[in-house]
Formats: sequence, C-alpha cells, structure tokens
Amino acid sequence: MRRNKKEPAWINRNHLFNYPMLIVGSAIAIFFLILTLMGSWLAPNDSLLIQMQDRLLPPSYTYPLGTDHLGRCILSRLLEGAHTTLGLSLAVIAVVTVIGVPIGLLSGYIGGRVDAVLMRLADGSGALPEFLIAVAVAGILGPGLINVMLAVACVKWIGYARVVRGIVTSERQKEYIMASVVAGSSIGNVIGRHLLRQIASPLGILIAGDIGRTILLISALSYLGLGAQPPAPEWGAMLSDGRPYFQAASQLMIYPGLCILMVVLACNLISDGMRELLDVRGQSTINFRNGRKGET
Amino acid sequence: MLWHFASRLIQLVVVLLLLSIVTFILMKLAPGDPVLAILQASDGALSQRDQETIREELGLNTPIYVQYGSWLRNVLNLDLGKSLTNNREVWTILMERLPATVYLFLGAIAVLFIFSVPLGWLAAKYKGRLPDTFSRLFAILGASIPSFWLGLLLVYVFSYQLNWLPTMGSGTIMHLILPSVTLGFVIAPEYIRLLRAGLIETLSQDYILAAKSRGITNRSILFRHAMPAALMPIVSLLGISMGALMAGSVVTESLFGWPGLGSTAIEAIRLRDYPVIQGYVMLSGFFFLATNWLSDIGLVILDPRIRLQKVGRI
Repeated sequence: MRRNKKEPAWINRNHLFNYPMLIVGSAIAIFFLILTLMGSWLAPNDSLLIQMQDRLLPPSYTYPLGTDHLGRCILSRLLEGAHTTLGLSLAVIAVVTVIGVPIGLLSGYIGGRVDAVLMRLADGSGALPEFLIAVAVAGILGPGLINVMLAVACVKWIGYARVVRGIVTSERQKEYIMASVVAGSSIGNVIGRHLLRQIASPLGILIAGDIGRTILLISALSYLGLGAQPPAPEWGAMLSDGRPYFQAASQLMIYPGLCILMVVLACNLISDGMRELLDVRGQSTINFRNGRKGET
Repeated sequence: MLWHFASRLIQLVVVLLLLSIVTFILMKLAPGDPVLAILQASDGALSQRDQETIREELGLNTPIYVQYGSWLRNVLNLDLGKSLTNNREVWTILMERLPATVYLFLGAIAVLFIFSVPLGWLAAKYKGRLPDTFSRLFAILGASIPSFWLGLLLVYVFSYQLNWLPTMGSGTIMHLILPSVTLGFVIAPEYIRLLRAGLIETLSQDYILAAKSRGITNRSILFRHAMPAALMPIVSLLGISMGALMAGSVVTESLFGWPGLGSTAIEAIRLRDYPVIQGYVMLSGFFFLATNWLSDIGLVILDPRIRLQKVGRI
C-alpha cells in the first residue's frame, strides 16, 4: 500500500475503516439484499391487490408508505419489485461474467489467431451502445425484460472479455508466469493460480459498477414501458404508473426513485471504494483512452 | 495518418453493414405478417390471391439475401419505407424530428460544461481536500441517479411547486431548460473526473512551472495553458458519450414530451410501427458511429502529441 507523505502516522492505510465509501456502500447493499431476500415475508400487504377505496392514501399503520392510484400498498410493491430489478441485474451480470471471463482468458493467453478472431468479433458487436440495441430488440421483438436483457447480455460480455484479455496479455510476459510455465505448470494451473488473482480486483470493480448500471438500464426501460409489464411491481414501472398522481400523492414519486438511487449508489460506492482499496492503476474505468502516469 | 483515418472509415462501414444486417434480421423475426399489416392499414379484406400479388410485389418470395440486397439499396437511397400508422415516408418523419433532438443535445452539452468545468477545476485545485471530496460525491451521485427520476423531481420542484418552468412540450427556450439539465447532469460525472485528472496531470508539467516562474498569473496559466490540454481527452469522450446522450434522449424526450427522435422511437414501439423503429435504429447507429469517427479525427488534429507521432492503430 502506498503511503501519502502528508498523512499522519496514525492512519493505517490497511485498515478497512479508512475507506468510508466502501463501508457505506456495503452497508446499503447488505440492507437492500436482506430486504430483497426477506421481501415476500416482510411485505405487509399483497402487492397486486387492488382496493379502489384505499387509493392514494398517505402513510399509515396498515400501509407504511401509503398506497398508489389503485390502492395497492407501496411498501409491498417496492419489496416485490426488488426481486425483479436486483435479481435480474445480478443474473445478467453473472451470465456475462461467466461468458466474458473465459473468452478473455483464452484470447489473452493463447493469443495469435484465436485472439484476433475473438477481438474482431468483439469490435463488431461492441460498437453500438447497449441502450440502442435494447430499444431495437424491445421495439421489434416486443417489450419484455427477458428479451431486452438477453440483448444486453449479448453486448455486455465484450467489456469483460476485453478487460480480462488486457490484463492477461500484459501479465503473460512477466517473469513469474514464465517461471511457472518453465517449472511445468499446466495452462489450467497458470490461469488458476496466477492469472485469476490478477484479474480478480479489476473484475470486482467492473462487476460492482455494472450491477448498478444494469439496474439503471432495467428501470429506465421499464419506465418507458419496454421492460417489466404491468401489473408487475418494478421500480421504474411504478414511477411511470404513478406519474399522473404526483401532485396529489408525492409518495408515488419519492420512494421508488429513492430505492433505485440508493441501490445504484451502493454499487458505485463499492466500486469506487474497491478501486481505492486495491489501488488499481487509473482511477476510473472511463479513463481508458487517457493513459496517465502516477497517482492522481 | 491518412491510412489511420481510412482504416477507421473502413471499420465504420463494416460496423454499419453489420448493424443493417442485424436490424434486417430482427425485422424478419418480428411477430406478424407484413402483408397482413399492409392490408390492415388499407382496411380492405383482400383475397388469398391478392395477398400473393402483394407478396410478389414486395419481393417476399425471393431468397433472403436478395431481399436484403434490395432493402439495403433502398436504405442507401434514403428510402426507409413508409410508416404503418400514417403512411408517411419514414425518412421525412425522422428528419422532421431530428432538429429537436439536436437542440436537446446542444443544451445538454452546455449544461454538461456548466457543471463539469467548475467542479473539475475545484477538485484539481483543492486535491484531496473538501472541494475535491464534494465534487467526487457529486460525481458518484450523478452517476447513480436515474435520469427519469431526476427529471420528475425537477418538474415537481420547478414546475409544480415554484411554477417557473413549463412541465412539458416544446417551443421556447424555457421548454429546453429542464430536459437539458436532466440529460446533461447524468453525463456530467465522467467529465468531472476526466477533467480533474487531466488538470492535475497538466498542472504538474514542467511547462506550467516554467510559465509560473516567468510570472504569468495563475488565471492565465489555467485558461491559456492547462485547460486546453486538460480538455483534450474530453473530445474523445464526447464521441463515446454520444451513446449515453442517445440513451438519455429517449428517456428525457418521452418524459418531457419533447418532439425529438427518441420520443418518436418510443411512440413507434408502442404502435408497433416497425419501419419507423428500424429507421430510428439505423439513423442513430449511424450518428453514433459517425461521431465516434469524427471525434477520433478531431483528437488527432487537436493533439500535437498524436499529430506529430506516426499514428498507428488506437
């Protein structure tokens, strides 16, 4: 760990509590994970039950966060919606990692023709923004989260393959890998014992950030009516359902948006905090074209 | 150098072709029979034989690659077909909506600089101190807030509560403010970070020290020497941001009823107006790739470091 000269001696850079972003981010993330896992058990009411006599109620004992324009309990809908949004986002990122990482490893380690073919393929399919592809797929094949997320996964694995490949190609030439190969390690051994460890931290940062970005994408698509279909309680869809009633009942606007914000914030804090903790070169993944030297 | 631009141009054309193939195949996969759609549009119950005639006329009996070829020829002639809902030329519809989106983009880019230049500069100047932390938190917040929620909050505060700005629609510059802020704010974080890093790097260069020792004022150093160099990477980021701008514009335009390309796409999706969707995807794909190409060229022209060395493949 690099120590800043100006820092007083009592600051121990290795102590986790010096990374408040990571702590706060993890705390929020754990809170929401618990809510998601225990959601159906915690929910006070049926998230789909329409009760027109109870519409647009302010928070009360029966409805802790009030009700929406159809008299449905907002808290129950939020808890139910967490399954869709968080679950789907985690699933997409898991699939993408499982596809992207091995391809990146192979491409970087074997190199040569395999590498060239895989990376040209990646160039082609990664050249378009994923939102455009999501719109195209939702527009033509019909709205629905599964369609759209499949399309996103088709594009997203490329980023993972690129990151992994980049690290592997530069690590492969270092002495310790050569030493390992000369000592008779198999490809599997080299990858498993050395390369995976090098990949782990940048990949963790990427995954944490991407979970947040995917949540934003899912909720934006659902807000537009291209993702989750009514009456499924999805956070973005809840916002668009309740839009005509914002003036009458601001709880319809505040809580779903706040949920999205908090979860994505947690992801970004974890991603940034990890970057700080692991001291990865190049503070931000967005600076990939701007080669910088030294610490910033 | 020329070779570099040419190879990038070839890449651009290849990706565009790929995009056209993908959209073409997606259209073929679309549920529903195009012939029946046309019949429904012209509200006539036609016999089996008439259907066959239409199929013949549309060339739907020929092999798929022939269909693709003739479709591509039409696209290159800017003939994107006709809208299924109002029977107008898709190209005309898109061109009508394009100016509004361009205004929105310009507004958003203006907002982007209003936010990111001061914050990036403050963060670089007071590195590791309170303003830096503040701008960092602001950047994280900006990256986390869903744009449609931000837009709703802005409408709630500035239109409903304060009654300063219109909620929806277009026409005056007042209508442009809230959509531009919504769109610009969400993209700003990347620029704040990039500008901060760029400024910190440039300010530590020897030529800045030399300028200081010659007694040049701090302000002059900042605006004449450091800022232009720090803004350099932003040129390439603008190309990349085109994707974020486009994605954001779909959300922002439908949120504010802004009559641009993004809201056209969403309307078309609601009405299952396939030719319009296809036209939108092709057009925005083209814009995205073209801006990337242009920003690539712009960077090479602007940055003497790249211009002077032999440019290889970036």
